[in-house]
Amino acid sequence: MSAVLAEMPETATPATTKAIAPSKGGRPWTFYVLATLFAFYVIALYGPMFCIYVLSFQDIRGGLVFPMKGYSLHWFVDLFTQVRTGDVKGSFDRSIKLAVIVTIITVVVSFLAGLGFRRRFRGDTFVFYMMIGSLVAPGLVLGLGTGLLFQAFGLNASWYTSALGAQLSWTLPFGVLVMFAVMSRFNHAWEEAAYDLGASRWQSIRLVMIPVLAPGLVAVALFGFTLSYDEFARSLQTAGSLNTLPLEIWSMTLNVTSPSLYALGTVTTVVSFVVIGASLGSIVLIQKKRGSRAKG
Amino acid sequence: MQPSPSLIPSRSNLAGWLYVSPLVLVLVPFFVAPILVVLAASFFATDGFGGLTPGFTLASYVEVLHSALTLKLYLATIKFTALTWVLTLIIGFFVAYFLVFHVRNQLLAIGLFLLCTVPFWTSNIIRMISWIPLLGKEGLINQALLAMGVIHQPLEVLLFSDLAVVIAYVHQLTIFMIVPIFNSMARIDKKLIEAAIDAGASRFDIMRLIVVPMSKSGIALGTIFVVSIVMGDFFVVKVMSGGGSASVVSAFYEDVGVLQYPTAAASAVLLTLVLVAIVSVILRTVDIRQEIAR
Repeated sequence: MSAVLAEMPETATPATTKAIAPSKGGRPWTFYVLATLFAFYVIALYGPMFCIYVLSFQDIRGGLVFPMKGYSLHWFVDLFTQVRTGDVKGSFDRSIKLAVIVTIITVVVSFLAGLGFRRRFRGDTFVFYMMIGSLVAPGLVLGLGTGLLFQAFGLNASWYTSALGAQLSWTLPFGVLVMFAVMSRFNHAWEEAAYDLGASRWQSIRLVMIPVLAPGLVAVALFGFTLSYDEFARSLQTAGSLNTLPLEIWSMTLNVTSPSLYALGTVTTVVSFVVIGASLGSIVLIQKKRGSRAKG
Repeated sequence: MQPSPSLIPSRSNLAGWLYVSPLVLVLVPFFVAPILVVLAASFFATDGFGGLTPGFTLASYVEVLHSALTLKLYLATIKFTALTWVLTLIIGFFVAYFLVFHVRNQLLAIGLFLLCTVPFWTSNIIRMISWIPLLGKEGLINQALLAMGVIHQPLEVLLFSDLAVVIAYVHQLTIFMIVPIFNSMARIDKKLIEAAIDAGASRFDIMRLIVVPMSKSGIALGTIFVVSIVMGDFFVVKVMSGGGSASVVSAFYEDVGVLQYPTAAASAVLLTLVLVAIVSVILRTVDIRQEIAR
């Protein structure tokens, strides 16, 4: 989604060249078949999620399946007040903090790496494949290795040290890949022009590159936040004694059989949607501002 | 990502490394070192209570390779991987094809594309458990089938079965196919297809000779994601099979749970080797760096 997100407004080709011929008039039969497939896909994608959101609003008699038994916010209250469901509030708090830290580091490090990878340098392929390796390695194995490593050095595993690092090994490859896509659409003439006008390297980065690349950087931030906020496999062996939210959900799936599990699902999805909405919204806003400035 | 000839090589080497140094500083302690630790642990002896004795023994490998369980686990993992790959590829390919070639309005296409991608940024675990109210014994599908009279007893194979595992994988991972395939399809020049039609190509010819070959890199990228995620997964298998099935990594998880670090590590090293082999075969067919930067 990286490249497409970053190039969103630039891909606008005239709509008429879009369709497979004929570009006007009747649709071929394949259109209807594929449209049906697409509709089924979207329903299967959102349908189940929608079910648990609805089921989380049952009252105290509620169970894990339909039909709905009453309507209330009982399970949401239950979620944040009951001790038996675990430390939801604390883990929620930790996950948000961790995601913010991961986001900041991911944006900065990916941006710098993106600048570095613009030109070939000796060993760049090695670094690139190290990154791909970090992306495809089984998360649980990496997490265990990180945990053992901390143990070997006599360090305590905790969410803000070992889990932070383990999550970065997951978010950074995504961030850098998004930067690749973003950078490839950056016109180097702008940077050259900045240098010609006497800008220092830092000035050209701060005054030219960052503003031009802003939508791409927002996309990197979106990846950083959401991937960290939902990260599970790599955190399992590295989070130490205090859980992050996905770990809390995991332990709930194993021992909680009440709709409070669904309520937690609803709450965390709302947070995800707010973050996604804010990111996509700000990308659109930046582009719009830019468009009106270019016209005016 | 073209090399710029205007720069003096030695200076650009230094600058390049300076820019990527923060990345390297994270990846070395949190990717390279953990892998090496697991590799080392696979050669250690254990007292059976989680204590590791540094040394060099191949006992764990012998144990893993001699166990009939290993073969079973790999077969199960390969089965899940193959099924998921085929299904995500078919669905992903045609969804991308629909968006690129059949949706005429560009804004609508981007909107529909985002509709497909949004769940990627939400919790995987939640998306997985959201199948419970549908597939369960008293779930919606069974209720509907019973009401229609198609079946007289609730189907039990829907949830906590291999079927449920594959459904959950396809639900989570099709997006990893759609995005790269969409990306490469969107770059196909529509004039090429118009020309093919003018030259008398059938719909099938266009698909076979133009669309599929030109989406190959997207398919390769998607395959890397899907295969590595399914092979490295354990919680979907554990939860959706109800404990009935296992995969290589879920067995690893059990081993770690009972502190059998060396066996777990040996099995992890083997899995990583298999994964590296698969990914490098795919990477031979596509230069993903060129692909993403294009």
